[in-house]
Amino acid sequence: MPLSLLIAIILIIGVVGYVLGRRRAMASAGGDSRGLHSLPVYYGSNVLLSVLVPAFAFIIIALIVIPLYIDTHVSAMITEADIGEGSSLGLVMAEVRRVAEGLDNAVAMGAISDEMARNAGANASDMAQRLRDAGQVITGEVTGNILAAAQEYRATSKILHVGMIVMALVIALGGFAFGYRRTEKDFRARNVVERVILAILIAAASVAILTTIGIILSLIFNTIEFFRIYPFTEFFFGLNWSPSFSGRGGSSELGFVPLLWGTLYISFIALSVAVPIGLFAAVYLSEYASPRVRSVAKPALEVLAGIPTIVYGLFALLTIGPMLTTVFGRDGLGWMGGASSVMTAGLVMGIMLIPFVSSLSDDIINAVPQAMRDGSLGLGATKSETIKQVILPAALPGIVGAILLAASRAIGETMIVVMGAGAAARLSLNPFEAMTTVTAKIVSQLTGDSDFSSPEALVAFALGMSLFVITLGMNILALHIVQKYREQYD
Amino acid sequence: MYDTPKSGVDVDAREVKISARGVQVFYGDTHAIKDVDVEIQDKMVTAFIGPSGCGKSTFLRCLNRMNDTIDICRVEGNINLDGENIYDAKVDPVQLRAKVGMVFQKPNPFPKSIYDNIAYGPRIHGLAKNKADLDEIVEKSLRRGAIWDEVKDRLHAPGTGLSGGQQQRLCIARAVATEPEVLLMDEPCSALDPIATAQVEELIDELRGNYSVVIVTHSMQQAARVSQKTAFFHLGNLVEFGETGQIFTNPEDPRTESYITGRIG
Ligand SMILES: Nc1ncnc2c1ncn2[C@@H]1O[C@H](COP(=O)(O)OP(=O)(O)O)[C@@H](O)[C@H]1O
Ligand SMILES: [Mg+2]
Repeated sequence: MPLSLLIAIILIIGVVGYVLGRRRAMASAGGDSRGLHSLPVYYGSNVLLSVLVPAFAFIIIALIVIPLYIDTHVSAMITEADIGEGSSLGLVMAEVRRVAEGLDNAVAMGAISDEMARNAGANASDMAQRLRDAGQVITGEVTGNILAAAQEYRATSKILHVGMIVMALVIALGGFAFGYRRTEKDFRARNVVERVILAILIAAASVAILTTIGIILSLIFNTIEFFRIYPFTEFFFGLNWSPSFSGRGGSSELGFVPLLWGTLYISFIALSVAVPIGLFAAVYLSEYASPRVRSVAKPALEVLAGIPTIVYGLFALLTIGPMLTTVFGRDGLGWMGGASSVMTAGLVMGIMLIPFVSSLSDDIINAVPQAMRDGSLGLGATKSETIKQVILPAALPGIVGAILLAASRAIGETMIVVMGAGAAARLSLNPFEAMTTVTAKIVSQLTGDSDFSSPEALVAFALGMSLFVITLGMNILALHIVQKYREQYD
Repeated sequence: MYDTPKSGVDVDAREVKISARGVQVFYGDTHAIKDVDVEIQDKMVTAFIGPSGCGKSTFLRCLNRMNDTIDICRVEGNINLDGENIYDAKVDPVQLRAKVGMVFQKPNPFPKSIYDNIAYGPRIHGLAKNKADLDEIVEKSLRRGAIWDEVKDRLHAPGTGLSGGQQQRLCIARAVATEPEVLLMDEPCSALDPIATAQVEELIDELRGNYSVVIVTHSMQQAARVSQKTAFFHLGNLVEFGETGQIFTNPEDPRTESYITGRIG
């Protein structure tokens, strides 16, 4: 039975439970809803939730646990001999899963019978050939043991799947019986339903938090792994970034400093573009623009924020880069080697951040109470004096927060850097030279075909972790500042 | 300690500071003020009373052209300050507002220090030659605002940290610091508790010695306590204008009478 059918059946049980629960509550009050503790809908909802919540919780847990169990169970069957030179248990298990899936598909297509697929004595190479004939993708060499493991895989997953369906239905019916029997006129259905809904809300919030923790943990383990094989000090204080992909370790120099420098330099240029322009735009829009101009200009500016960064990257690569080269390149001032440079990426990233800064600042400036403007104008100040001396100082903490948020976006930006700044890690002051950033290097270290346990690949996690810590710190600072600003007027 | 008010002067002998003739105000299509004539005399408190929405604030804001900051607002008629039409094209509304100061309903100190709040106007208008001069203006204004003793030890603490009544007196001191000739107050006590209200009322009585004060209030007792002349507005019309004692004891218009008795009695 497919999962969707199971879910549909449980939903039907729930809806039936809703109707019956409601009817039973009404009956227990002699048909007069005023005799009930709660409104009739709560009695129905109580039965509905008693059916759905435990059953769905069970299904979710089962869907997570079953594959894990099958994997450990089946991988116990794989011997050292099955894991060939240069291979690993993970690769062999992938092969086992492919064969199991191939068998399923072949049976479904009618290419082989189910008995044949389950036949423990089947010849491995013969079976592999049949599967290939049936159009299934079987890459490696299928040994007898792998075939046996695949068959075991199919058998266990089938049993567990059926078990899960039966169990889920039993739980749903049990929930129905429990909820239905509790229904009578003095039962506090409203309180119970509200408590269950609270629990669901808490669960949703926990998912968000647990995901964050999961991300951090996955980074931490690999980062620790990296620092076991690569010295801590050489990473944080190394002035050279030159990973070698051919030799395993040894000759690589993985210094963080040039990448951090590139990141900060590009971010600095981006902010030098975005902050003044964004701020001036915000002042114009919130203080001077007529409602008509504002209603057109504000959405137009915010459209910029919706453009995917890859499009900005193209703009950097195809427009800004060549434009800068004609002025600063070999034919011009001669400061610039190619189209890729810190300046190219920084300018484009600055353009990307303008709407970010302007729309946050606009909100903050608008939040300054009208009474401040009236007070200043009433003293004979002009509009621009009012903005300079009252509104901007009052909004300053919020604006600083907005800038910090923009900065952490600049630091985390990848696509524009990959396409606009080049790939060479370099410690240089010349903004017309190509440099690269932490994010761009994370991408290139992981997308290469280097071994996943080599320092060249693991360094990506250390880089990610460092970046995470930097941006987290900036976000916390920004939130703190914005919070303090909020307390000022309430 | 304070400049003593010259009270007890004959009401009619004083010169006219502001005279308004045939003033009409429109917010878009809403006719908020209908043909109002008022004369506001110097060194005296004039109170505007009337039910909510009758146009008291609107008219008050005409007197320093604060209505210019509202896009849809249109003012017609003549308002003369010392004989000069303030709606004349020659007049800079910004200069005018330095001469006609304003205190608002809700205390609105800037999020700056007490000192900088007071020094704000003088700095903008270049009233002080040097730091010592500015210090003196700040002290004098705070004394005029009857708040000097309470804040003299913490001039550099934020103005927003004061109590509501102190904030309102700070705002009055701030308005006084630009050396205005007229002070407009729009329900200056409506956000204050009774004790703070009494302090501000006492202050208004003292300010009368140096300025022409116009106060909007919804409290008739307050109008009776602080003002010498009272104007009663109703639905955008000026119904009655005269000496405060006269208005409260012997109103001519039945609308005035019913408003006063309805509220007091
Ligand atoms: N900014 C504005 N825009 C449109 N109409 C306004 C505005 N301010 C006041 N009004 C209208 O003008 C009339 C007078 O308002 P107001 O002067 O505030 O009365 P009061 O101060 O006597 O309570 C009211 O009908 C009000 O709705
Ligand atoms: Mg008002």
